Amino acid sequence: MAQEFEWKTELDDETIIRTHAWSPPGCHPVGCGLQLHVKDGKIVKVEGDPTHPITRGALCPRCLALKEFIYHPDRILHPMKRAREDRGLNKWEQITWDEAYDIIEENAKRIIAEYGEESIIVFGGTGRQANTYYPLMAFMVFGSPNACYAQSGWSCYGPRATITAHLMGGGYPEIDNACRYPDRYDHPGWEAPKYILMWGKEPLKSNPDGFWGHSVIDLMRRGTKLICVDPRIHWLATRAEQVIQLRPGTDTALALAMLNHIVENKLYDKDFVDRWCYGFDEFAERVKQYPPSWAAQICQVPEEQIIDVATKFATCKHSALGWGLAVDQNPNGVQLAQALLSLLAITGNLDEPGGCTLGTPIAGDDDPARDMARWGYEAGVLKPDVWARRLGASEYPGFSTIMNQCHPDFTLNAMQTGEYTCHMAYFHSSNVVSGAIAAQPDKWYEALKDVDFAVAQEPFMNPTAMALADVFLPLATFAEHNGHVQPHYGLNAAFEAAINKAVTVGECKCDIEIMIDLGKRMHPHFWSQFESVEDYLEKRVIPKDMTFDDFRKAGVIQPEEVYRKYEKGMLRPDGQVGFLTRTGRFELWSTAFPEFGEDPLPYYMEPPFSPYNEDLDPAIKEEYPLILTTGARTYVSFHSEHRQIQSLRDMVPDPLLDMNPEDAEKLGIKDGDWVLIENQFGKCRQRANVTPTILPGVVHAMHAWWYPEKDPNAPSLFGAYESNINTLLPNGYIGKIGFGDTFKANLCKVSKDEKMEV
Amino acid sequence: MKGDALFIDYEYCSGCKSCEIACRNEHDFKRGQWGIRVLEDKPWQLDDGSWNWNYIPLPSKLCDLCADKVSRGEEPSCVMHCQAKVIEFGSYDELIAKVADKPKTMIIRP
Repeated sequence: MAQEFEWKTELDDETIIRTHAWSPPGCHPVGCGLQLHVKDGKIVKVEGDPTHPITRGALCPRCLALKEFIYHPDRILHPMKRAREDRGLNKWEQITWDEAYDIIEENAKRIIAEYGEESIIVFGGTGRQANTYYPLMAFMVFGSPNACYAQSGWSCYGPRATITAHLMGGGYPEIDNACRYPDRYDHPGWEAPKYILMWGKEPLKSNPDGFWGHSVIDLMRRGTKLICVDPRIHWLATRAEQVIQLRPGTDTALALAMLNHIVENKLYDKDFVDRWCYGFDEFAERVKQYPPSWAAQICQVPEEQIIDVATKFATCKHSALGWGLAVDQNPNGVQLAQALLSLLAITGNLDEPGGCTLGTPIAGDDDPARDMARWGYEAGVLKPDVWARRLGASEYPGFSTIMNQCHPDFTLNAMQTGEYTCHMAYFHSSNVVSGAIAAQPDKWYEALKDVDFAVAQEPFMNPTAMALADVFLPLATFAEHNGHVQPHYGLNAAFEAAINKAVTVGECKCDIEIMIDLGKRMHPHFWSQFESVEDYLEKRVIPKDMTFDDFRKAGVIQPEEVYRKYEKGMLRPDGQVGFLTRTGRFELWSTAFPEFGEDPLPYYMEPPFSPYNEDLDPAIKEEYPLILTTGARTYVSFHSEHRQIQSLRDMVPDPLLDMNPEDAEKLGIKDGDWVLIENQFGKCRQRANVTPTILPGVVHAMHAWWYPEKDPNAPSLFGAYESNINTLLPNGYIGKIGFGDTFKANLCKVSKDEKMEV
Repeated sequence: MKGDALFIDYEYCSGCKSCEIACRNEHDFKRGQWGIRVLEDKPWQLDDGSWNWNYIPLPSKLCDLCADKVSRGEEPSCVMHCQAKVIEFGSYDELIAKVADKPKTMIIRP
């Protein structure tokens, strides 16, 4: 029996609450260990928890600034309403929770009666706890099939998870950082990866998907070498053995060429391929078309480097892949995911110590790895005929058989053409009109501005709530409620742990409490069974044999690490060995893809907006000569969050555009100048960061900028469209399955912005 | 506690600045005052194609090596919160041995 985790320590003059973080404040489900010192009902100090097996006392600046976030003067502490005709104006009136719920219930019931449940869209942003709860708000509270993550091509994590599901079933391959062992790197049988192929990913800043980014440094100290594939030389890349600094958007060509070299030179794991892979001959035939000499031209990298890297990855066992957002944000990204998973598989690095682990779900009913729509049926709230009207589901079956969401580009298009009318929008931790995820967020604003009724659920006012909401519900931070966190949303969870409430702030409530409250209004036959947040957690979320009190006393619960689960019947519900696919094998030749109108084998496609795309109008190429890549993270913000937190904003006060000194000189731009970034879709302003770490001819723009200090009223909306790079990034440039966008590769021009004050 | 110092492994300092905020949290320093700051030698390329890009956390005049915290048996705040675990606290003699073992390191006595 493990020692009891002391989640609460009473001292003479204060109480220490130990907890595990999951946003808000924004972050992925990392579950970092914190100690919150509470005195007279207020948090007086925030510290890390040295006993946490993964974070070991460390915290990033975002959690260290938690006190500033919680007690910020701009925090919204009470529900508010606003007259519909005052949308876009800062004219809010404080109301009670009861009145807020009355308004929502009355409007939702009227809209459902008149237009059907499907006329309600619940929008969710990225990363927050809402990721688990916003689809449930749609399916189990309103009975709507339309939970919407409004990024073009749903291009964040979903593509990687979906392609993994199609080619091998379940789980998410992640770098083996010994995260399931209480003794971590000392555990017998664990080995450090020989190489990590860090592909379109810089994990230190954002702890992507719940992977503790700085564990890469732990691994490097234990001998792991890095190979980075990135158009930018980021700090981690300066510690890499080598960096393939490729032209943005050409990743799939590079991956195919690596596969070509490995297959042609028989460097693959023949035993694994024979026993566990399907379609190798066809696959080998396909990759034959893509020699390193070809990719070297496309990617603008040396041929010998491609050969060297492919050889090292294939022959140094075991090695791991850290595949990042650049896989998703690419219309050719499905093929990139397919190529990278195939690379892991044929080199024998799948589910091996020091390779990539594959997750198995460990949580209860609310595990997102399970089918949330089914919970909607089981609750008697979501009707099958309504589910069948999910936007874009029949048009994008390769997307919709795995993702329980409406298709974002389809949804926007249907609203723009009038084929579909959204009568109620629920912004559930979603800053859709100006944040990180929406392409051309101004188009979403336009499409949603006349919606009959809108609700926003947030800790702070933001451009979306200011632009569109009629009711604002104040959202609690993780320090203000009990809850549950597991990394990777359950798809490869290193552990699960309790979020422990430390304080109450204003009248703020957490996602689960608001869901229960509204559920009781909308569908009491199901929701009346839940007496409290803790009761909900016990019935649906935490391990079945535990009370919430047991759960929080267990601390960080790490499941056993089992490698080679495909040999042990652990990847299939029927207990058979192999993978959860039709063939029972890892599918190098996908049996599912042809049903989605997609090629069963990977191929290369030039980015839609590139200087080398032959189908692109030459006038566009001439007018916009620079390649635009976007969205690298900083330590001090989570997408559009944290902009008002002073100590974080002081570290990165302005949005920065990285540009090479050669380009800056040609354009007469100096470091720190405000510049105008433009293309045929839109324009915005950022400050030049002149740096040799970006290739000549390529610029990189920070994403998700708005200015909480600027005029809240429309059309400013806190300067929502002054610096948001997504205004230059279009909707609709997606792959056949429905994934991908141009966030990592588009075109633009840059000029000095003489009008801006410096 | 004579000779107490900080060992810095600047090979792996990722420049996250957690130490800056952690220090401020511990000592309640106001905005614009610091117990430690992260300095940067910005990226530049060598002739062999490799890159030089270093961060170094540098304690200020306000650093007292978290005397209160250390007296409670804990580590200084910057040490505990460092994400890359590049700051260590110890006696000068202990830390000299670490520097001897590991290139790209230094000892700082605030």
